[in-house]
Amino acid sequence: MISLQKVTKKYKGTPRPALDQVSLEIDKGEFVFLVGSSGSGKSSLMRLMLREDVPNSGSVHVLGENLVGLPARRVPFFRRKLGVVFQDFRLLPNKTVSENVAFSLQVIGKSEGFIQQAVPDVLGMVGLGEKADRLPNELSGGEQQRVALARAIVNKPAILLADEPTGNLDPTTSEGIMSLLNSINLAGTTVVMATHDFSIVDRMKKRVVELSHGQVVRDQVSGGYGVKGQA
Amino acid sequence: MRLGFMLSEVGQGLKRNLAMVVSIILVTFISLTFVGTASLLQLQIGQMKNYWYERAQVAVYLCTEVSPEAACPRGAATEEVKAEVKQRLESTTLAPFIEEYYFEDQQQAFANFQEQFAGNAVAQYVKPEQLNETFWVNLYDPNQSPILTESFTGLSGVEEVRDQRSYLDQIFTILNTASLVAISIASLMLVSSVLLISTTIRLSAFSRRRELGIMRLVGASNFSIQLPFILEGVVAALIGSVLAGLTVLVLIQFFVQGFLAESLPFTSFVGLSDGMLVVPLLIAAGVLLAAVASGLAIRRYLKI
Repeated sequence: MISLQKVTKKYKGTPRPALDQVSLEIDKGEFVFLVGSSGSGKSSLMRLMLREDVPNSGSVHVLGENLVGLPARRVPFFRRKLGVVFQDFRLLPNKTVSENVAFSLQVIGKSEGFIQQAVPDVLGMVGLGEKADRLPNELSGGEQQRVALARAIVNKPAILLADEPTGNLDPTTSEGIMSLLNSINLAGTTVVMATHDFSIVDRMKKRVVELSHGQVVRDQVSGGYGVKGQA
Repeated sequence: MRLGFMLSEVGQGLKRNLAMVVSIILVTFISLTFVGTASLLQLQIGQMKNYWYERAQVAVYLCTEVSPEAACPRGAATEEVKAEVKQRLESTTLAPFIEEYYFEDQQQAFANFQEQFAGNAVAQYVKPEQLNETFWVNLYDPNQSPILTESFTGLSGVEEVRDQRSYLDQIFTILNTASLVAISIASLMLVSSVLLISTTIRLSAFSRRRELGIMRLVGASNFSIQLPFILEGVVAALIGSVLAGLTVLVLIQFFVQGFLAESLPFTSFVGLSDGMLVVPLLIAAGVLLAAVASGLAIRRYLKI
């Protein structure tokens, strides 16, 4: 599903590579936490999987596509098979909840009929059926992240990439988002989540990949945030 | 991306940058009006050249009592000179080139002069003796005037052989320069409108960078991301060039045909049919420029 082989990524002007010979396999239906301190390479890894960047060496395969050799004009079509959420939600402030979700379908040319059916369905699934006509600034942070999640999964992606989705949320709200991510995962979507929130990682007991200085220092099935034993 | 959705995006973009859009409209409007007027002026010059060159005559001016010493050492032309000129015009060498000729004596010249300069002070001072007796010659081919110049220059009693086209050429040079000046001003303005369009499109893209980021994340194709911006520039330029086209047509209808044609009844002027030729070209040029300018601007802004 996702396969990285000896991936090295250097940024100009920094002597140390952001990713150093990273190899990683993620299978269909897995739920994987990417953990590590700031600057450990989590974000670089996420960017590579989303084909926002290409590595200096090594290979990246996602959903059967070789992302290193993927021509730029095919990138949009690759991204349609992925869902992404971020810490800052990235909603359009002048569009309502349902318009925000519909927008992602409109720009990839889905029919109006499909949109009218899919948007209420997915909003119901994330628990926002009642608030479809609200604007983002009328919602709480947790609700905004639910909108972002709804937008990410409305096109039924095989993989959901979540970059610190609970970073701006309080623990109770985070728990709601995590249970939503869990149910998305149970429905068959592979979830890769980068996070700093150790309480979540410890509680979920999922696979944990820890990065430090651009290298994978731990890859543990049903692990905790910290080193084994200390968690 | 669906057409209706895309058009609503274009509409939003135009509304958001209203001031810039208005300036694009105005700049393309004015510059294309210049281009249109200049090209009509060129057409007009062409038409007038055809018309007047065909009617241009060659004048063989005979000496008068007041002619300059250098050209006419023997004073006013005698009857023999007139007979000599007439004979040469009818000779087998010249006759084949000449469509017709007529002689204008001093009284006729005076009458014509009075008519031409009516109301001008010079008409009161001039006397018939001061005006040249003239043979007016129409050639089959006005380009062959040098034949006449050669045969009569130097003939004693002939002051000067003058092709009227030399006067016309001066007028046409002035008109031509005017239209070239108009075209250079217009091309400067077209450059500024291209720059204005690309700035506006970049501004528009900047104010929508959030949307653009999301569009890229969810996998909108590059083409569908860029197209609304290109259309935005094209729509603004289209409005400007249609306005320019209408202005050109109004100028032809009311100024050229309505005013000029009535005050100068014997000149043929450009008409609406010429305008119909120029206006579509104007609009096409405006739209093409805008498409290229905004396409390049957005391509450089949006490296995917």
